[in-house]
Amino acid sequence: MSVMTVPPSRRASARRNGVGYLFVAPFLLVFVAMLVAPLAYAGYLSLFREQLIGGVSFSGLDNYIQALSDERLLDGVLRVSRFFLVQVPIMLGLALSFALALDSGMMWLSRVIRLGIFLPYAVPGVIAALMWSYLYGPQFGPITQLAEALGLPAPNLLSSDLMLGSVANIVTWEFTGYNMIILYAALRAIPTELYEAAAVDGAGAWRIAWNVKIPALRPALLMALIFSVIGSFQLFNEPELLQRLAPNVIDSAYTPNMYTYSMAFISQDVNYAAAVSFLLGLVIVVVSYTVQFAVARRRT
Amino acid sequence: MTLPRMRRLAVGAAATLFLAGCAGGTTGSTNDGGDKPVAAISQADIDKAMKTPTELTFWTWLPDIEKEVALFQKKYPAISVKVINAGNSQAEYTKLRTALKAGSGAPDVVQIEYQHIPGFTITGGLLDLRPYGAEALKDRFVDWAWGQVSGRNGEVWAIPQDTGPMGMLYRKDIFDKHGIEPPKTWDEFAAAARKLHAADPSVYLTNFPTNHNSIWTGLMWQAGVKPFQMKSADQVSVDVAGETSKKLASYWSGLVKEGVLSADADFSDQWFQGLNKGRYATWLTAAWGPLFLSTSAKETRGKWRVAPLPQWTAGEQKSGNWGGSTSAVVKTTKNPIAAAMFAQFLNTDPESAKMLTTLQFLYPPTKALLSDQGFVDQKSDFYGGQQVNKVFADISDTVPADFTWLPFMDQINNDWNETVGKSLADKTDTDAALDKWQQTITTFAEKQGFKVAR
Repeated sequence: MSVMTVPPSRRASARRNGVGYLFVAPFLLVFVAMLVAPLAYAGYLSLFREQLIGGVSFSGLDNYIQALSDERLLDGVLRVSRFFLVQVPIMLGLALSFALALDSGMMWLSRVIRLGIFLPYAVPGVIAALMWSYLYGPQFGPITQLAEALGLPAPNLLSSDLMLGSVANIVTWEFTGYNMIILYAALRAIPTELYEAAAVDGAGAWRIAWNVKIPALRPALLMALIFSVIGSFQLFNEPELLQRLAPNVIDSAYTPNMYTYSMAFISQDVNYAAAVSFLLGLVIVVVSYTVQFAVARRRT
Repeated sequence: MTLPRMRRLAVGAAATLFLAGCAGGTTGSTNDGGDKPVAAISQADIDKAMKTPTELTFWTWLPDIEKEVALFQKKYPAISVKVINAGNSQAEYTKLRTALKAGSGAPDVVQIEYQHIPGFTITGGLLDLRPYGAEALKDRFVDWAWGQVSGRNGEVWAIPQDTGPMGMLYRKDIFDKHGIEPPKTWDEFAAAARKLHAADPSVYLTNFPTNHNSIWTGLMWQAGVKPFQMKSADQVSVDVAGETSKKLASYWSGLVKEGVLSADADFSDQWFQGLNKGRYATWLTAAWGPLFLSTSAKETRGKWRVAPLPQWTAGEQKSGNWGGSTSAVVKTTKNPIAAAMFAQFLNTDPESAKMLTTLQFLYPPTKALLSDQGFVDQKSDFYGGQQVNKVFADISDTVPADFTWLPFMDQINNDWNETVGKSLADKTDTDAALDKWQQTITTFAEKQGFKVAR
């Protein structure tokens, strides 16, 4: 703020504003065309109802009211909430331990290991789900074969009891490396003076990790957490692909996003799908803010 | 489902991985169409149009269709046809719907599966081909294929391209080993299922897939159920839970619950392995099935044979259909004459129609090919030298003609998975699931503004 001690003349200020807008124009243009306009259009669509017989009519907030009491949608939201509560702590916990281990400098082959952990993220989601669906296969899959070879009862990883866990496992495998890289990059940005100071104060490696590194990682952790909120509530690829193997466990409303997709492209009800999308967006905003608020409050 | 669709399911479905909320448009006009008599286009107009330089766009997912297109262009050098693969089945329909709503970007001619035709005609998306001489082609096609492209008021919405009359492929070696005769009736089939599974618990007489209702629909068709009918422009009849359907339900759910049939998702990795490793002794499938099997279960070469579906009444011969598609002309075309002539040529010109069976391996809907010696007398080594096409040509004659579809088959098919399919897989009350299916279809139809009769 000390830079602003000399107030700039009006003309200079006006010119600077104009130039500023010119610079952000490309972004603004794309932002409006690709994000604001479609959102506004979806919002507009959500206020109508279209029938094969009878055509289009204005329905106000009917779609939203219907969605709020739509059991299939609510079940989906509850399911992804459960997923979020269990899967995200596991994934971020793993990512944090890997990042700390890599950052400790006490490992051989750390570059290879870093790449190895990150690699699943580079595998396209579709391929990953196909691969896992082979591994999970209840008759000929390797997990089943192994269990049978050992004389154990083979778990049906695609049954309705275990399915959410199986999906969580795939997502964890895919995204641990991604989160690890975020955390690792943040760790590398911590000034080494802090470690030196801590070492001078007599702190060991564990103590430094707990009292210096993790607090310094808080912003990066928060970001990874918010990404994970969004990812969990928008869960789609993995269950959509596993549906082919377990079509009667994963129905079209298994996650809210799958439900929206099926509403738009199977039921041809884009209006209701738009309303559901908006509500889902709202849920994500609320959960993200709650997370942020909770983390910020713990800090003070 | 046609052969390429199978391939799509088998390979994976990256195409479906985009999220909702991006397609849209609110201007869907409702048009039942065709209440007025139609005036035929004169031969002079047709000749003139076919000599005028024109470019047509053709959406299809058939591989190498350019060969047939070349035949057309040879006959009509002024017309050039641009072939675009806009995705298989659903992927293509989504694009077509979007283009129709947007009012631009739709092709002139488009490949559509039989059951999805009404979904496009109800919004006025397709052109009635009667003025272009399509009615005269009626007798060239098997009646049950023609019935599916015909509108309620006699419109001709598309030209049939291929079909899938249903039969039974069975493992002769497994049958011989356990002294089982190919079942002629469903009673014999049930007895064989029990006998086989008791003799070898790792083998099932067949797999009843619960991930799609194609086989179920084909079996309803065989049993003489008419589940989906348009009664008038805004009235539909839905009858999926009547007496005959309940009979089907207790038969199949009974065998699945006994554990003598499997209920795996088909066209999945597990299922392919099951076919290869002898987990299933039969595959109830359509006329496109034999070729598909010979490429995806190569290890079992020579062990399979082909027979008609078992029957409900001994001595009767009836079947149903699974899959097949058509060529339709999109209403927004600027060149209706050339487009209609192309759709007709592709599927009725003797050379082109024959090529569809030899190059794309489609099962033909034309009577000419179904009695063509060169087609039906072919012997297949995969089936021990059996004349597979001949078996299916005979089956094709036994498919009831009056089976029709409703304008929202996607919804109906999806609801089956979540009601009847789920109950078969979970071994719960399939009878109640049928009622639930009836009810969800009814609810959806009413929400769409239809009056629903049972």
